[in-house]
Amino acid sequence: MDATLSETSFRKEAQTVQMPEEPPARRSGRLGDVIFLNLTRGAAILTLLLLAGILLSLMIGAWPSIREFGLRFLWTAEWDPVQEKFGGLVMIYGTLMTSLIALIIAVPVSFGIALFLTELSPKWLKRPLGTAIELLAAIPSIVYGMWGLLVFAPILSKYVQQPLQAVFTDVPVLGSLFSGAPVGIGILSAGIILAIMIIPFIAAVMRDVFEVTPPMLKESAYGVGATTWEVVWRVVLPYTKAGVVGGVMLGLGRALGETMAVTFVIGNFNQLNSLSLFEAANSITSALANEFAEATPGLHEASLIYLGLILFFITLVVLSFSKYLLLQLKKREGSRT
Amino acid sequence: MRLLPIKALAAGIALAGAVSTGFAQEITGAGATFPAPLYAKWADAYNKATGARINYQSVGSGAGMRQIRGKTVDFGASDAPLNDADLAKDGLIQFPTVIGGVVPVVNIQGIQTREMRLTGQVLGDIYLGKITKWNDPAIAALNPGVKLPDAAISPVRRADGSGTTFIFTNYLSKVNPEWKAKVGEGTAVNWPVGAGGKGNEGVSAFVQRLPNSIGYVEYAYAKQNKIPYVLMQNAAGTWVAPDDLTFKAAAAGAEWQKSFNQVLTNQAGKDAWPITGATFIMMHTKQDKPQQAAAALKFFDWAYANGDKMADDLDYVALPDSVKALIRQQWVKIGDGAGKPVLGK
Repeated sequence: MDATLSETSFRKEAQTVQMPEEPPARRSGRLGDVIFLNLTRGAAILTLLLLAGILLSLMIGAWPSIREFGLRFLWTAEWDPVQEKFGGLVMIYGTLMTSLIALIIAVPVSFGIALFLTELSPKWLKRPLGTAIELLAAIPSIVYGMWGLLVFAPILSKYVQQPLQAVFTDVPVLGSLFSGAPVGIGILSAGIILAIMIIPFIAAVMRDVFEVTPPMLKESAYGVGATTWEVVWRVVLPYTKAGVVGGVMLGLGRALGETMAVTFVIGNFNQLNSLSLFEAANSITSALANEFAEATPGLHEASLIYLGLILFFITLVVLSFSKYLLLQLKKREGSRT
Repeated sequence: MRLLPIKALAAGIALAGAVSTGFAQEITGAGATFPAPLYAKWADAYNKATGARINYQSVGSGAGMRQIRGKTVDFGASDAPLNDADLAKDGLIQFPTVIGGVVPVVNIQGIQTREMRLTGQVLGDIYLGKITKWNDPAIAALNPGVKLPDAAISPVRRADGSGTTFIFTNYLSKVNPEWKAKVGEGTAVNWPVGAGGKGNEGVSAFVQRLPNSIGYVEYAYAKQNKIPYVLMQNAAGTWVAPDDLTFKAAAAGAEWQKSFNQVLTNQAGKDAWPITGATFIMMHTKQDKPQQAAAALKFFDWAYANGDKMADDLDYVALPDSVKALIRQQWVKIGDGAGKPVLGK
């Protein structure tokens, strides 16, 4: 009796306590929550489905070529549409090499830009300079390509390639790196154009993450007598490394996938005669853009799609590698403290 | 592919205008980029004359062939003709529309247009990488009295697949046995040497920029941009310069009555320019939509009758009248499901 009474009274109490605190609108809100959750979940799943769909259609499209050439495709340099013999080495090498050159140039420069904008620049210069760099990112890539071919390549040929060749002709390894006709088109010019294109992306991300470093951390470092360099290197950079790596990867992704600008200056040459940086070469995207429209159905088309599939995997590997890098960095951080 | 920017743009705008204002049957075609400015111009004039709309997509010869095989368009267009067996297999018929020429262009200090002479053999050896210097004895022997520099040749060629490349490599295969064995012909080939430019504009930009270079572009392009071009020795042994007369001579020499599968390179005629080619239209012989096919044929009939001046203006060369008559005869092969000619002759 006593127990039931207390139970009912408790229930009553609970009811009286709960009822007023739950406004009627909440119930429909819950329904809205469910709908919203499913919508967002649907969007996420759709992305995955799209990704799988793209991968699958690439595989199906490339299948004749995969069956014919197998993994040999990766290290065969021959690309002969007439004999129907295809290998992707030239394009894979061109894609990786131009992106590598672009990163080697773009990362230090972007770091310098971000450092200047956040730590050293006078206040009145910050905004115009930052906007100018962001504007660089808005230039269409075909403009970079035409500028590269008509303006930049002659300058590169005359003031960089010819002097370099004059100096390094007789040096064993470097000499071969700078051999070939100094015409201003090829791997090196494509790499430099790509660097110019990705600098705004990397610099903008770096600047943004540098700016979110808590001023207290920096002020404390300055307070104990650190120089600007030490503050950036020891405090800002460790605090923002995830963002910095992210920015670099964003730039690398752009460099790997860039098409129009590269096709103008790389020379579109499907032979791998030397490892010279001055030699004309080809990249995966450039080959696709040039040859797809007129490719004959069959092995030629399948091989081009195979190249696309390889680019897909290269991007995947780059992304996974950057995630791995971040994880390693986090681990090291843990062991140090 | 063919950069006649202002004309192409004007034609494009005109076509867009035609599409938005016309109210009649719409005929669609897709394929080669080389004749696209002309087809656009013809379509515009035809629309003004008759009200019928022609929608041509210049997606490239390969893509055009895919579309006509898939029957998604009323006619396909290609710079390379199909052989008769392939035509029969796909149930297609082909006929040429206009002629164009490909010319080797050079950028050598002190050498004017039409000053240098080359044979097909030498041209092939240059693109094979066998002749590497401009003062090579093989070139010097053809050009007595011309001051040739002791400089490396930079060959330039198309990077994208193109009908221009097909005509050029087809010619080299005919006149240079080593080229035929090592490289062959096609819209894209495995080039042994040379930098690739995208489109005629890319090739001419390279040639104009690189000293001591040689390239090949469509004649109209060389003419309008005033790039020095060379004289070639044709199959009859005459030295000829590219112009509409030598292109016409090449077209007249072909055996059109036998088959329309004619690549006009290395023709026997005394005045024939050796690197000439026609561009083609492909249509199905058995039409599911006979009215569409009839409308398309009427358009080409009208273009053959009224379009020569427009072709001239855009630096294409119209077909000789004898060939046009042959083509009109062939059209009876295009019939409806029962085999009755769609034009009803």
